[in-house]
Amino acid sequence: MKKKVVSILLLTAMTASLLAGCGGKDSGTQTGNTTNAGGDSAGGDTAGGGTAAEEGQVINIYSFNDELKNRITAVYSEIESTSDDGTTSTLKDGRIIKWIINPNQDGVYQDKLDEALMAQMTAAADDKVDIFAAELDYIVKYTDADSDAAMTLESLGINPATDLADQYEFTKTVGSDQNGVQRGTTWQACPGVLVYRRDIAKEVFGTDDPVEIGKKTADWATMKATAEELKAKGYYAFSSYADTFRTYSNNMAQQWVTTENPNTVKVDQIVMDWVTDSKEWLDAGYFDPTVKGQWNSDWFTAMSSSSKVFAFLFPAWGIDTQMVPNWDGEAGAWAVTNAPLSFNWGGTFLCAATGTDNPQIVKDIILALTANKDNLTEITKKYSEFTNAQSVMSAAASDDTYASEFLGGQNPYGYFSDSLASIKMAPLSAYDQGCVELFQNSFSDYFQGQVDFDKAKSNFETAIMERYPEITTVEWP
Amino acid sequence: MKRKKTVEYSKWGYIFILPFFVSFFIFSLIPLVDTIRYSFYEYYRSGLKQIGPNFVGMENYVSLLKSDMLKYAGNTMILWIIGFIPQIVIALLLASWFVDVRLRIRGQQFFKVVIYLPNLIMASAFAMLFFTLFSNNGPINSILMSIGLTKEPIDFMRTAFGTRSLVGVMNFLMWFGNSTIMLMAAIMGISPDIFEASEIDGCNSVQRFFLITLPMIRPILAYTLITAIIGGLQMFDVPQILTNGQGSPDRTSTTLIMFLNNHLKSKNYGMAGALSVYLFIVSGILCYIVYRITNDDDDDGSKAAARKQKKAERRRG
Repeated sequence: MKKKVVSILLLTAMTASLLAGCGGKDSGTQTGNTTNAGGDSAGGDTAGGGTAAEEGQVINIYSFNDELKNRITAVYSEIESTSDDGTTSTLKDGRIIKWIINPNQDGVYQDKLDEALMAQMTAAADDKVDIFAAELDYIVKYTDADSDAAMTLESLGINPATDLADQYEFTKTVGSDQNGVQRGTTWQACPGVLVYRRDIAKEVFGTDDPVEIGKKTADWATMKATAEELKAKGYYAFSSYADTFRTYSNNMAQQWVTTENPNTVKVDQIVMDWVTDSKEWLDAGYFDPTVKGQWNSDWFTAMSSSSKVFAFLFPAWGIDTQMVPNWDGEAGAWAVTNAPLSFNWGGTFLCAATGTDNPQIVKDIILALTANKDNLTEITKKYSEFTNAQSVMSAAASDDTYASEFLGGQNPYGYFSDSLASIKMAPLSAYDQGCVELFQNSFSDYFQGQVDFDKAKSNFETAIMERYPEITTVEWP
Repeated sequence: MKRKKTVEYSKWGYIFILPFFVSFFIFSLIPLVDTIRYSFYEYYRSGLKQIGPNFVGMENYVSLLKSDMLKYAGNTMILWIIGFIPQIVIALLLASWFVDVRLRIRGQQFFKVVIYLPNLIMASAFAMLFFTLFSNNGPINSILMSIGLTKEPIDFMRTAFGTRSLVGVMNFLMWFGNSTIMLMAAIMGISPDIFEASEIDGCNSVQRFFLITLPMIRPILAYTLITAIIGGLQMFDVPQILTNGQGSPDRTSTTLIMFLNNHLKSKNYGMAGALSVYLFIVSGILCYIVYRITNDDDDDGSKAAARKQKKAERRRG
């Protein structure tokens, strides 16, 4: 009997230690059970009057990929050298910028950033977050006035009305908190265009002229007829239903979650239109059935020369970072024209973390990257980006030196500017990232005929309540 | 003092096992107790704001029961069985072949290494590899299409059957080598006298396997089973990476730990803790059952003999 007890005890202990792996994640994070992640506004006050002499020696910059690092090292003149492994840069006065890069995938970046921001008040001066990057999909989480994780630009010494006068107005709105005070700013604007294959256009429509093709992609109704023509010749209009999502979701009338109803996800009618249209298009054969969603190898293959996909919907960064590396044919095979519906996709915002010990240098970096005309011109030339400077972009639209080799000598900036002019930026909420991701996932099963429409809806409800415990109801239009 | 004639060595024993207990206490027991404690609290993060911890009693447990938890438990079970059955069958077969003196398999060491290799690859890397291999435009589809087996690419990960099979195959490939090595060690532990005696008695190889090998390696078999069950309950990385965390299609490949991970996206320690406690209880019960099954009729008479004795006593009384 005794032997039995002992062995059961041992078994329990074994199970316990094996399972402890999943429970173990709980520890560590209990420090600082304050309800507020940032600090009080006092941190902001000291910031404005800070001088270089009082400032810390290490500037910590959090971001999710090399993008920000490359831009800053390219244009910030104070940087003297960057280490070979790319983790630190030395300034001319000997101070050091630390690049802390964690990938966006699976929420890793936000996890790390949240931990750092939570510990911001108690951290040693050299460990404090100074600047962090935030994507459009989750910027609201960080610009929230109550949690005060990002400093207001004003307390940093930047006056948005004068210093950032050349920026596009909607980027200022996006970077503002619920009271309309701007807390984040960006060097890029991301109006989307339709990027199409010239050879397919010539074969199907007899021309690859962007103006002519633009007439065929003017709105969704015309686009559908165009898709039918493409299908007759064995081509697909777009690679997958995920490609068209942003054009719809960016035109939503209200947020996924409104401040009046903080426990309810309200699904907009236009997103449901996406579901109806996508199902119809997929069944009709206008999408490539082998591509499921984005950012996977099938999607990347769809951008190569062997693919039968006619067009992609991308902002400037998409052409440069996704299409160029995945295209294996000769340069000049693509061209851009207007998308069926104007949209903005993405954008990396810069925020100054509350409690930073280097407010002066933070201000300098932010201004150098987002408000300096010469620097923004340089970024546009170097990375083919659509930068957040109205004067630079309107000049670029009519300047032939901005013609792109990848686009067969076409200057895309006119189309970007046109797209931007008609953007109706959907209001953002802190739940956008989860909603967009889970909505697409849940309805993906429906498009592929694995579940019926109602099951897809209930799957979305389950998933969204799992992700955000405070969400209790989902309202459908 | 004079009476003590033996030297006391046992304290060295305690000193040597102390590091384990200290690290177990700090890194396992304390988090474990914390997990259980937080399972009774509402405790999560909304944006950058921390909600809780507020004591809510059994609420987390109740709402978990109302959720699809049992469905995910079923998924986990199915995924595990698909992988485990071929794993244990192949492992037994290979182990008995490798050890069989009369077969004299050449290059044993080489094969041992080869079958163990998949286990050395990280599960997530393995899943990534399979995801690429079996994607719509991946090499497997190219091969199938070029040898004319199929015209259209097969969408392996579109159906529940396809995805689950892939997970099962991966688990099988990763773990059968490990089981083989373990079972080989067990079989080699059986005294060759028994095999020789059985041969003299005219035992054929099938009989030898079922009547000698299998009963003799039961303790190790039970150990393999227990660790496999616990490993199976914790199945996470393979389906997570293969389905990109979605458990698609229709959440049919969402395992319990993936469900737990979904809660941890919002740092929902309350709900995740409650789920962990459920898992803890289930694995405790499973272990107990396996333990009972494998010990019931032990030759040393621990249990069956005791029962018999009791019965006999009762009859007498």
